[in-house]
Amino acid sequence: MRPWLTSIILSLLLGLPTAAMAVDKPYFYPYVNPLEATVMELPPYYHADIPEKVPTKTFKVYPFPEREIPKVFWYEDGLICSLTYQKKEAPLIFIIAGTGARHNSPKMLNMQKALYQAGYHVISITSPTHMNFIVNASSTMTPGHLREDAKDLYNVMQLAMAEVKDDIKVSGYHLTGYSLGGIQSAFVSMLDEEKKVFDFERVLLINPPVNLYTSVNILDEMLENIPGGINNFDAWFDNVMKKLAAAEKEMGYFELNGDYIYKAYKRFPPREDFLAALVGISFRTDSASMIFASDVMKGGGFVTPKNVKMTNSTALTPYYIVANRTSFEDYFRQHFVPFFQKSDPSLTEEKMIKMLSLRSIEPYLKSANKIGLMGNEDDIILAPGEVGYLEQLFGARAKIFPTGGHCGNMNHQDAVDFMVNFFAGQEG
Amino acid sequence: MTLVHKFKMVLLVALLSVVFLSGCTTLPKAGPDTEPAIRQQAELVPEGTELDVEVYDPIEGFNRGSYRFNYYFDKYFFLPIVKGYQFIMPDYAEDRVSSFVDNIYEFNNFTNNLLQLKFKETGITLSRFVLNTTVGVAGLWDPSTHWGLHRQPEDFGQTLGHYGVGHGPFIVLPIFGPSNLRDTTGLVTDAVAFGVAGPPAWVDDDTTTLVFTGVAAIDKRKRVPFRYYGSGSPFEYEQIRLLYTKKRELDIAD
Repeated sequence: MRPWLTSIILSLLLGLPTAAMAVDKPYFYPYVNPLEATVMELPPYYHADIPEKVPTKTFKVYPFPEREIPKVFWYEDGLICSLTYQKKEAPLIFIIAGTGARHNSPKMLNMQKALYQAGYHVISITSPTHMNFIVNASSTMTPGHLREDAKDLYNVMQLAMAEVKDDIKVSGYHLTGYSLGGIQSAFVSMLDEEKKVFDFERVLLINPPVNLYTSVNILDEMLENIPGGINNFDAWFDNVMKKLAAAEKEMGYFELNGDYIYKAYKRFPPREDFLAALVGISFRTDSASMIFASDVMKGGGFVTPKNVKMTNSTALTPYYIVANRTSFEDYFRQHFVPFFQKSDPSLTEEKMIKMLSLRSIEPYLKSANKIGLMGNEDDIILAPGEVGYLEQLFGARAKIFPTGGHCGNMNHQDAVDFMVNFFAGQEG
Repeated sequence: MTLVHKFKMVLLVALLSVVFLSGCTTLPKAGPDTEPAIRQQAELVPEGTELDVEVYDPIEGFNRGSYRFNYYFDKYFFLPIVKGYQFIMPDYAEDRVSSFVDNIYEFNNFTNNLLQLKFKETGITLSRFVLNTTVGVAGLWDPSTHWGLHRQPEDFGQTLGHYGVGHGPFIVLPIFGPSNLRDTTGLVTDAVAFGVAGPPAWVDDDTTTLVFTGVAAIDKRKRVPFRYYGSGSPFEYEQIRLLYTKKRELDIAD
């Protein structure tokens, strides 16, 4: 539901103070509450100075041209990627989107603009957790396995390069990604050490989880902020709608613009549990799409019946209801681990949890000077102690901002400056 | 008139093809080797719970076909026209067209505010129309909003809702998009009232009306960022259906 529901509720209920606050150096972030920092858009005043439009075109790659796509996904045809291009020769940066996000999500667009301005070509890649990737580009069709996803991503990157090689001149390669895309970048970089197709010069992990399993469970638990749980979502949502209507009535009109939203936000400041519930709903909505796509692609049996034919007119409501009531924990135990156990019977849940972590490639991360990290002290997806672990792991290669929540400050001028300097090799 | 007739014919053919292409069944086809899912609704949702997402949708097969038709219609016909329009027109001129179109349609806001006995809103709407038509040069500008007289959008679907009419079955209209029986009735009623007693009747010139209708349609599509299958979710139909229903409840409650 993320694009429709969450963004609409968000933009309706919450606001972005446009008024300037005293700021310059040092780093200042307007939201001290990490949930607000994560959910709310950064007020324009703090935005990095980036161009409004950059030359970008989309193209498709077909990693599995022979694959028969189920009719229920009739609108799926190839993995869509985008290229932001310089006219002259330049280094190229691959960016991997976060959970459930596409090549053109707002965060991706901002990165494209910032990196284009700094003189790079950019190829943007949709997250392996997105339906478009699962259907067209995933070999296992079971996202979350960092090593397997890294192979798929590496394959997509090569196909993407083949697709654009006649249009641009490339002088070298870098890699980055945010959130899940951040941890995936680390695994792709390690794969690259062996295959050497790109031989990445610099790799930046932005707000990555330390352990995917831990972080996803933190996000999942935020749903408990809906009183009565997910089966009580309707009552919660009705309440939200009522408040919206009350706001509209009190203000005498309704408009979907920054000014109105700011006024509404000031009059009805959002509560902590509301923000947490929104984060939880947003995540669950993405994961529901992922789980359904993964299940259908493999013939069903998890949230859809096994061996049925779904067409372009099949009613999906029952599966939507089930998928929305399926946590990552359920996916992990009932679908994910059993699937990978088929090819490796010695695999246990504990082993798998360990594999979903930066700790599993710690020696590599310690030694690889090309890899840097940009994170936030108050990142809501990190468990206690994990920020300390990241600092210790990356040492001087880690930049930790004191505030910003989870990816809330990616478009902050200081963050963009750090990112650009990092790829130019002049961080610090 | 021949042009109008032709357009109506095209619409009819489009509608019929949707009906024929859509089929009826919305259940997945089971085979001899079909097995139930590990996770099922019956076990996850307490019995007797009515979920909002299960919007009354008895003609779902048709609706999904219509939704698909709209995707193609948008992709190969409507959006290219909108794109061409945006390419030809300077942004400034596009904004003037939007103001003009909104001003003409104040007619429906006026009648429906009046029908709901919302006298203050009716007054605001009338003042807006007068101000924007005169000071705003035939509605090309919208000085009223600037002066705090905000638009008071109401349609006949809302009027019906205001007097307690339920939403009825969900309907995805070809071209027009998500609706339901109540709002479709409203849409038709508003269109008829607009044609019979509104600006087209005042002008009384078929060509002008036709041109206006075309431009208004393009302008309105331009202003809606929604793209069919643009959400990247396999459940987009379910989400739109729920959101449309909820949004209309909110519109009616105000």
